[in-house]
Amino acid sequence: MKLVVAIIKPFKLDEVRQALTAIGVHGMTVTEVKGYGRQKGHTEIYRGAEYVVNFLPKLRIEIAVASDIADKAVEVITSSARTGQIGDGKIFVTPIDHALRIRTGETDSDAL
Amino acid sequence: MGAHSCRTAKLAAPVLLAVFSLVTPAFAANSEISAADTAWMIVATALVLMMTIPGLALFYSGMVRKKNVLGTMAQSLAAVALISILWVAFGYSLVFVGDGRWLGSLDRWFLSGLTMDSVNPAAKTIPEGLFMLYQMTFAIITVALVAGSVADRMRFSAYLLFSIGWFTFVYVPLAHWVWGGGFLAAAGVLDFAGGLVVHLSAGAGGLVAAMVVGRRRGYGTENLSPFDLSLAVIGTGLLWVGWFGFNGGSALAANSRAVMAITATHLAACAGALTWGAIEWSIQRKPSVLGIITGAVAGLGTITPASGFVAPWHGILIGVIAGGVCFWACTWLKRRFNYDDSLDVFGVHGVGGMTGIFATGVFATAGIGGASGLLEGNPHLLLTQLYGVAVTLGWSVVATYILLKLIDLFVPIRVSMQQELEGLDISQHGEALQ
Repeated sequence: MKLVVAIIKPFKLDEVRQALTAIGVHGMTVTEVKGYGRQKGHTEIYRGAEYVVNFLPKLRIEIAVASDIADKAVEVITSSARTGQIGDGKIFVTPIDHALRIRTGETDSDAL
Repeated sequence: MGAHSCRTAKLAAPVLLAVFSLVTPAFAANSEISAADTAWMIVATALVLMMTIPGLALFYSGMVRKKNVLGTMAQSLAAVALISILWVAFGYSLVFVGDGRWLGSLDRWFLSGLTMDSVNPAAKTIPEGLFMLYQMTFAIITVALVAGSVADRMRFSAYLLFSIGWFTFVYVPLAHWVWGGGFLAAAGVLDFAGGLVVHLSAGAGGLVAAMVVGRRRGYGTENLSPFDLSLAVIGTGLLWVGWFGFNGGSALAANSRAVMAITATHLAACAGALTWGAIEWSIQRKPSVLGIITGAVAGLGTITPASGFVAPWHGILIGVIAGGVCFWACTWLKRRFNYDDSLDVFGVHGVGGMTGIFATGVFATAGIGGASGLLEGNPHLLLTQLYGVAVTLGWSVVATYILLKLIDLFVPIRVSMQQELEGLDISQHGEALQ
């Protein structure tokens, strides 16, 4: 089992969700986050007062998938979240030691 | 024949009057009251109250940081509750009853003597109670405006004391001098709806308050960007519409002058919004929403004293001037002297009010308000207007300064550093937006 964590541009969420659904991923956790990478920040001006905003709003999506479709999931997230502009985000893949569905007590691959 | 009919008429008149008064006793009791004027002024009163709550409350709180939103709204709310009571207690009487050179009288103390039939000589076609209420809403918004200068850092208890003192020692005398038959009115100073009484007095008082209280922590170094400008946009909309009652109602009647005032007011707001946006577009590459709404409010504040004296197209000119001058005051002037007038009460209202008073001296049109300005060959009015500005500026600055120093002896006017960091919402009111 793999945990795929992707930081994406907020307006790409629907496309990413549709692409993942199409390959059989049926669960996702989404968090509104702020951060910066190569995109750095931007400048905001309020009545002449300039503020550099370092942290930009992004979405962090987490999906837990069987190891054999992890690569496929990464691939569809990449293609659906890409705009080609700086700030498209990143994807991290980590192993999952154990998983459990709270309602039924099913574990590991049955719990995904 | 002629003599006979005349006698008959003499006999008939009291009979008719008696019958008439039986049918409509209220009307007969005070036949001067105009239903049209009364209806309009009731609406105008509601519109001006709406300018403070929720108009100004939203406009201001949208521009502060999230931790100070409720604290900022509390200031507008408190102004409504507090000033209304003070207005009834002594404000109305000292401003509008009696025509002393310096102050009115206390004859209407707690509205004593105000009856169903009484009228104020300043507005003879509406009930005195309505005139009193309408003018109350002006006192409220003027006090509430000042708070913007010291946003994010004034102790609530000190704000309440300040409001009481500022209303009593700045607003009441000024309003009497300009509108209540005081010495500025006698000198011929023209201020239709409050360029001096409302905007310059609040702006100058705010500037002094910002300097006495000091800059916000993090001013110039930290990000102090607004919490939610969409609130400020809604607030601006309510202020804008409310201003129709503010300036239009200042005609104190449902007549053409009110319509002219509203027309000039609306056009000035539009021109101010466009001008500010255009300036930002050209020098910052983007027209900001905050800039557009600030330009609108600058146009509205600036046209305030002139509306009712100038023609509609003057409103456009005055709005353009307001957008330019107030933009300069909120950016260059504020940076040059390094004061933290947080929500630009001086830059928008003080400078706008002042500009509007001078604009009245230039553009006053006899056919609209019965007075001629520079363009109609009366340069003297400009001097008179300058006199009004000097007195208002001087009085507001000195009185506000002394008042704040006095209050500071009893209650620290500024919150502690820890409280400022936490925000006014939690530190002053025990609440917070999640």
